Amino acid sequence: MSILCGRDTRLMIQGLGRAGRFHAGQIIAYGTEVVGGVHPRRAGETERFSGETDHSGVQGRRDSFSVDLPIFSGVAEAVDATGANASLIFVPPPAAADSIMEAAEAGVELIVCITEGIPVNDMVEAKRYLQSRPSRLIGPNCPGVITPGECKIGIMPGYIHARGRVGVISRSGTLTYEAVYQLTNLGLGQTTALGIGGDPVNGTSFVDALELFEADPATEGVLMIGEIGGPAEEEAADYVRSHMTKPVAGFIAGLTAPPGKRMGHAGAIISGGQGTAQSKIEAFRRAGIEIAATPSEMGVAMAAALGR
Amino acid sequence: MNIHEHQAKELLSSYGVTVPLGTVAFTPEEAGEAAASLMERTRGQMVLIKAQIHAGGRGKGRFREYPDAGLAGVNVVASGQTSLMRERMTELAEKMLGSTLVTVQTGPSGKVVNRVLLEAAADIAQELYVAIQLDRRIARPVLLASTEGGVEIEQVAAESPEKLHTEIIDPAVGIRAFQLRRLARRLGLSGKAAASYADLVENLVTAAGDLDTELLEINPLVINTSGQALALDAKLSFEDNALYRHPKIAELRDESEEEPAETLARKAGLNYVKLDGQIGCMVNGAGLAMATMDTVDHYGGSPANFLDVGGDTDEERVATGFRIITADPNVRGIFVNIFGGIVHCDVIAKGVLAATEQVGLSVPLVVRLEGTNVELGRRIIAESGLGVISATNMAEGARRIVELCR
Repeated sequence: MSILCGRDTRLMIQGLGRAGRFHAGQIIAYGTEVVGGVHPRRAGETERFSGETDHSGVQGRRDSFSVDLPIFSGVAEAVDATGANASLIFVPPPAAADSIMEAAEAGVELIVCITEGIPVNDMVEAKRYLQSRPSRLIGPNCPGVITPGECKIGIMPGYIHARGRVGVISRSGTLTYEAVYQLTNLGLGQTTALGIGGDPVNGTSFVDALELFEADPATEGVLMIGEIGGPAEEEAADYVRSHMTKPVAGFIAGLTAPPGKRMGHAGAIISGGQGTAQSKIEAFRRAGIEIAATPSEMGVAMAAALGR
Repeated sequence: MNIHEHQAKELLSSYGVTVPLGTVAFTPEEAGEAAASLMERTRGQMVLIKAQIHAGGRGKGRFREYPDAGLAGVNVVASGQTSLMRERMTELAEKMLGSTLVTVQTGPSGKVVNRVLLEAAADIAQELYVAIQLDRRIARPVLLASTEGGVEIEQVAAESPEKLHTEIIDPAVGIRAFQLRRLARRLGLSGKAAASYADLVENLVTAAGDLDTELLEINPLVINTSGQALALDAKLSFEDNALYRHPKIAELRDESEEEPAETLARKAGLNYVKLDGQIGCMVNGAGLAMATMDTVDHYGGSPANFLDVGGDTDEERVATGFRIITADPNVRGIFVNIFGGIVHCDVIAKGVLAATEQVGLSVPLVVRLEGTNVELGRRIIAESGLGVISATNMAEGARRIVELCR
């Protein structure tokens, strides 16, 4: 078991520019079932993806692959023709929120948006649009979601992951890779790892993901990686204290970040004294979350929490 | 991105927001002339001169060059005679322009004043506060209002939260008339003042939405003695991610208000924040970059900067990052921490070496590489003969660079 994506995921890709094409190739190499793409001006064409199979992904495949991906004019057309139930978005910032809404309107169950730099007002509207619809959004400004050995929807390197026992939730990309790699090297592995994104307005929250991992029988513990800015980690800590039966470990980045300065991510800013690393670490501690003092100890902290 | 008060007022005025009559000046002569002209146009006898810097607390701020002169960031001159007004304002502007204003928000180093705003003084009956910003908890913009004009909103929230009123702005329908009436009522306004307040606030909401502001703050918003609402101060900051659709606003950027290295990095597409420590950090990914600074601190060092060269960095970005870090005279050592996932470590290693050769290396450099082709990458570093130290994980790398900088 796992959460969000697995063997029955049928993925489509919105935005097949340079990044979209590159990562589509990597995702197909991993073994994810990719069924189509959307590009308004290239409808009716196909895009060929071929190369070496990534054997760290879905097992039991041949050494190389060649796929002709059909391209559709819009998401609804792609869903009708292929039965896609998940979509990965690489559309540039000005049109990305529109792409999220298009996928939701077409009834796509899981929407993963990689795009960094979407204006906040656009995301406020997209979030409002999603409110009355059953779709789940991951991101934006995130590496995506992966269930090791089954399905990769995102830009993360596949080989650092391994099937295992831990659910990973993070606001940061490369810091997630760091955590995942530590879990893999410790033999703990991951059930599913997801980046919820570094923007101030995003889809799935820490609390949403915790709820899913709590309900997933294969997940034995959760590693949560937060950072400065916003109230999401404090809300997650409240949830852990009142609802989680599984052990949780965590790390918060940004203890040395100065107030009022945006640290790379649009959402990583201490404003009006709110959203400091200290406040989040305190909240984690009060909730009984095992805290990694440095990012090199995230895996070890998870192991300790599991062993308690 | 922040802009100056006079620019914010001009923008808001184009949305129908009432602001005091004012003129910006860059020289003492312009300031004197502007003050005299304001006096004649308004038939008033009081004119304000306000330092234009990207920081608040100006009214209580003092100039480093004039510690005892009682000269603040905002000063008022009252005179019945135009010639006297011109003379006094020219004198004041002469002192203020080119001098360094230190306020609670500038930090001890202060900010140099390059322009002043001359403004007709308003006859104030009541001072209020209003702001529009995103509430991340609910993913919607909110209106924050209080009766405590002139006071920092954090202070009101902490000391008298009952005086802070909130209205949520629904992105589907905007702010509604009933919400504005309710807000005016809660602030104790009635009659003409309540109507004028509601009008002004509605215009602010429209401006905030149209212009993609990150923060729109009017502190104070005043009701004058004839019951009219005015924006006496105005602070606008714009969301960087939305600037592409506001080219006119992007032109208002005042680079003299920014840290030069940060401006350079921004133009190169890098996320860089200058700090005051000694260990330069270059990292791929924002979260990992923050975590790297924290780890340096954990082992007793102090980070000189935040620098994210991007999750999928390449040779060229690494080289630019290097130039920015080595240009900081405080830097006594550099820690490069790259988790190469999709990007191969050997490519990064070559980029780091190319950059060190280009820029020249006069301080210790520790490189930690992880990811695809990591062995090859580490070998390239080890065999370079440049004395670059290779670390196998983040903690070890941080420890080594801190030791080397002692």
